[in-house]
Amino acid sequence: MSPVIPNLLSLITFLPLVGALAILGVKWVSRKDDASVIERNAKWIALWTTLATLALTVVLLAGFDRTTTDYQFVEKVQWFSFLSYHMGVDGISVLFVALTALLMPLCILASWDSVKTRLVEYMIAFLVLETLVIGVFTALDLFLFYVFFEGGLVPMFLIIGIWGGKDRIYAAYKFFLYTLLGSVLMLAAMLYMVSVAGTSDIPTLSTYAFSQAAQPWLWFAFFASFAVKMPMWPVHTWLPDAHVQAPTAGSVMLAGILLKLGGYGFIRFNLPMFPHASELFTPFVLTLSVIAIVVTSLIAFRQTDIKKLIAYSSVAHMGFVTMGIFAGNQAGVQGAVYQMISHGFISGALFLCVGVVYDRWHTREIAFYGGLTKLMPHFAFVFLLFTMANVGLPGTSGFVGEILTMTGLYQASTWAALVAATGVILSAMYALTLFKRVMYGEVTNEQLKGHPDLSLREKIIFAPLIAGTLLLGIYPAFVFDFTTASVDAVVATYRAVIGG
Amino acid sequence: MDLTSALHLALPELILAVSVLGILVYGALRGDKAAGSVAALCGAALIAAAFAAAFNGHGKVFNGAFIADGVANFAKTFIYIASALVVVLARGYFERQNNNRFEFPILVTLSAIGMSMMVSAGDLIALYIGLELNSLAAYVMAAFRRDDAKGSEAGLKYFVLGSLSSGLLLYGISLVYGFAGSMNFDAIAASAQANMQVGLIFGLVFVIAGLAFKVSAAPFHMWTPDVYEGAPTPVVALFAGAPKFAALVLLARVLNDAFAGLHDQWAQVLLAIATLSFLIGGLGGLMQKDFKRLLAYSSIANMGYAMLALAAGTDKGVMALLLFSVLYMVDTLGLFSAQIALSRKGIAVSKIDDLSGLSKVDMKLTIAITVLALSVLGMPPFSGFWGKFFVFGAALEAGYWGFAVAGLVASVIAAFYYLRIIKVMWFDGDKGELDKAPFEAKWIAYAAAAFAFPIAAFALSGLYPLAETAVKSFGLN
Repeated sequence: MSPVIPNLLSLITFLPLVGALAILGVKWVSRKDDASVIERNAKWIALWTTLATLALTVVLLAGFDRTTTDYQFVEKVQWFSFLSYHMGVDGISVLFVALTALLMPLCILASWDSVKTRLVEYMIAFLVLETLVIGVFTALDLFLFYVFFEGGLVPMFLIIGIWGGKDRIYAAYKFFLYTLLGSVLMLAAMLYMVSVAGTSDIPTLSTYAFSQAAQPWLWFAFFASFAVKMPMWPVHTWLPDAHVQAPTAGSVMLAGILLKLGGYGFIRFNLPMFPHASELFTPFVLTLSVIAIVVTSLIAFRQTDIKKLIAYSSVAHMGFVTMGIFAGNQAGVQGAVYQMISHGFISGALFLCVGVVYDRWHTREIAFYGGLTKLMPHFAFVFLLFTMANVGLPGTSGFVGEILTMTGLYQASTWAALVAATGVILSAMYALTLFKRVMYGEVTNEQLKGHPDLSLREKIIFAPLIAGTLLLGIYPAFVFDFTTASVDAVVATYRAVIGG
Repeated sequence: MDLTSALHLALPELILAVSVLGILVYGALRGDKAAGSVAALCGAALIAAAFAAAFNGHGKVFNGAFIADGVANFAKTFIYIASALVVVLARGYFERQNNNRFEFPILVTLSAIGMSMMVSAGDLIALYIGLELNSLAAYVMAAFRRDDAKGSEAGLKYFVLGSLSSGLLLYGISLVYGFAGSMNFDAIAASAQANMQVGLIFGLVFVIAGLAFKVSAAPFHMWTPDVYEGAPTPVVALFAGAPKFAALVLLARVLNDAFAGLHDQWAQVLLAIATLSFLIGGLGGLMQKDFKRLLAYSSIANMGYAMLALAAGTDKGVMALLLFSVLYMVDTLGLFSAQIALSRKGIAVSKIDDLSGLSKVDMKLTIAITVLALSVLGMPPFSGFWGKFFVFGAALEAGYWGFAVAGLVASVIAAFYYLRIIKVMWFDGDKGELDKAPFEAKWIAYAAAAFAFPIAAFALSGLYPLAETAVKSFGLN
């Protein structure tokens, strides 16, 4: 197979960075112009860059061979004895690249008018973030992965800290330090692995048998990092703060992409590299996941802030993902990948919905709202659709992911599946209550009147997400075509090692 | 080896020594109005010496007292360059302070000779002379703002505590000499191998303590915050990088040459010092309000990481030390230059809170400081990350995984105060216009930031093989 465009992955990864530099360049060239001209230039460059990245990703998806488990579009240059520039995608990571490329233009559009201060820096931060996030999914060298993984903290720190809400500084610190603490443990484990195995090549390391004595430690170090990213109960507490304070697009990035880094890491590192430890810790992870599903769903139910409620619902949904992955069977892992992609659409859309009402009334208090259906029927349709998808209504993508992970879990542990199933009911409880309180009833608050329904820009933002959620719900094979071969390989290797 | 080739190996030092004496006479005759030309001459001499060091040969001369090998030449090259940059920084700084004396560049050059003697030392006498030559110049520099209370305090404190550490060092040297019967590193190693005596270990510990003072590693770090705060900023920019680098290389040489057989003993001492340093550096910096004091604690923590690399006692460890020190030196030089570049109504911006809202006032310097702070913090892809990467790699390979994890956790604690610098600049409201940033300070800060990123990749691709070849001649396993 010869790729249509040479170095396609590098192009996709670094195009946003080039866009960021272009913004700086254009800013310098037009420095004598009005500030509004500079800002307009920055917005359009950012939008076109992300759209071009998306177009390239379509080429990537079209050229992707779905039958093989090998890494594709591989680029490899040995930079140093300890670091090689090794990029490639398999059936799992290619979808995350596509998800990132799809959400990014939507983020830019969502910030089009709502970001009032320092727009140029804002666009640059998002483009840099896109490069780093795509890099995480395409890197096949351990340290290259780490550079992208950790590097992503900085733009996100700035996005929360500069453009966030009232308590943004506390949230930004918490986000940064929590994630950093997890990451440095992973770094120590990586250094150890490379000193033992003598290579930092991820595909090679996936087949390397680490000693059974070392595996639990290494597993735990990686777990520490990914569990914080995911986030799993009880290290999830940074997430509600970060989400509530982040600007809308920042929340979309956080929920849509950054949380997936954790799940992706589990599938890429923990399962294949430390199978014995994964088996050993399976009850531990399942317990945490089940607690996450039940407890955070209950916490979500008690929230008075719309964004915080959705943030907690994210934690609960990520519980299904970790559960599916560590069920360690085909249905579980397949479902986990599916759930992550689907959650990328749904949670992204829900945060955008919050953004819609926040842009109009500048509050996220549930009590402030009521009866919006009468005032904004189009918005009511969108919000209802994604609320239902979040609950896991059949016909939406949320259903497929949940049912698959539950099936996988049932095979691994009936009890865990039983408890986790209550999470489905609980999610219906908090999501529908939220919808009822915000959208239904009479318009009791006079301030709510006098604002327009969704604008064309907002409809354009929601359109691809609606299409994606329904398409994946009705025709899941679109995802499975890509993932099946790779997921089967991961699961088969894992099963072969632990002998089950 | 005959005298000509022996002198040839000491060419960098000779260039500096001869020219600095000449320049001193010239300065003494012309007085302070020659300060500019003295600075230019000293800078030129330092650059010439850097070239001489970069292309210097290898050998052991003067009865083994002077070693020129890859590591020494590598270290000298960067020490001279850093010293030359400090001369440039100081020139504008003291001019603005109306304290423009011709002695300063000469003192920097003298201390550079001392540093290069340190990295080339092959016996204990050369070690001590190099160290004192550097220190005596440093005491004067620390007190250079002599009509300022804090400046004088800094100088006095540095002098008293420095003398104490010299005393410790000398005591250690006398013990080592007494038990080994020789000053020469190779002879000490041979004697230790033949007949291990407890007195030797005693001496070793005192030597380590004396040198740990020079690099401001805990528990010998007490002078650092006060001296950093009180001494003129260009002086601190020098102190924070070059002499520490020299002392670390010297320590590496003493331990790996003279006491190679006692690795198990000195590794314990170094590990204790390292752990204390990054814990004290990490925790101590949390509550600091003064920019320079904060960087003092940052340097204590970073010296802990350097010690961790040293403790490994392998060629990887020494290589990690070289790369880490050079990358760290560039970062601190950049940060102090940025601080020199910032002033408001003629008063230096010294509190961290004074940096408030800098991103709205001076974007370029903000980005430079952000990059440098992130680099010292150890965030990839900036250069400081790769320094720590090598350090922890070496420590893990030597089996010190517990210490490595402790160091990594301490770096997360320290991350808090680097983030505060970034937070203050980016998130907070601004405090009004700044004075025009002086040209040289501004550009050294930009260059250092560019070195940390995005040239980090290129810089690394140049530095890594350099350090690799340098370490090959160091004579380790």
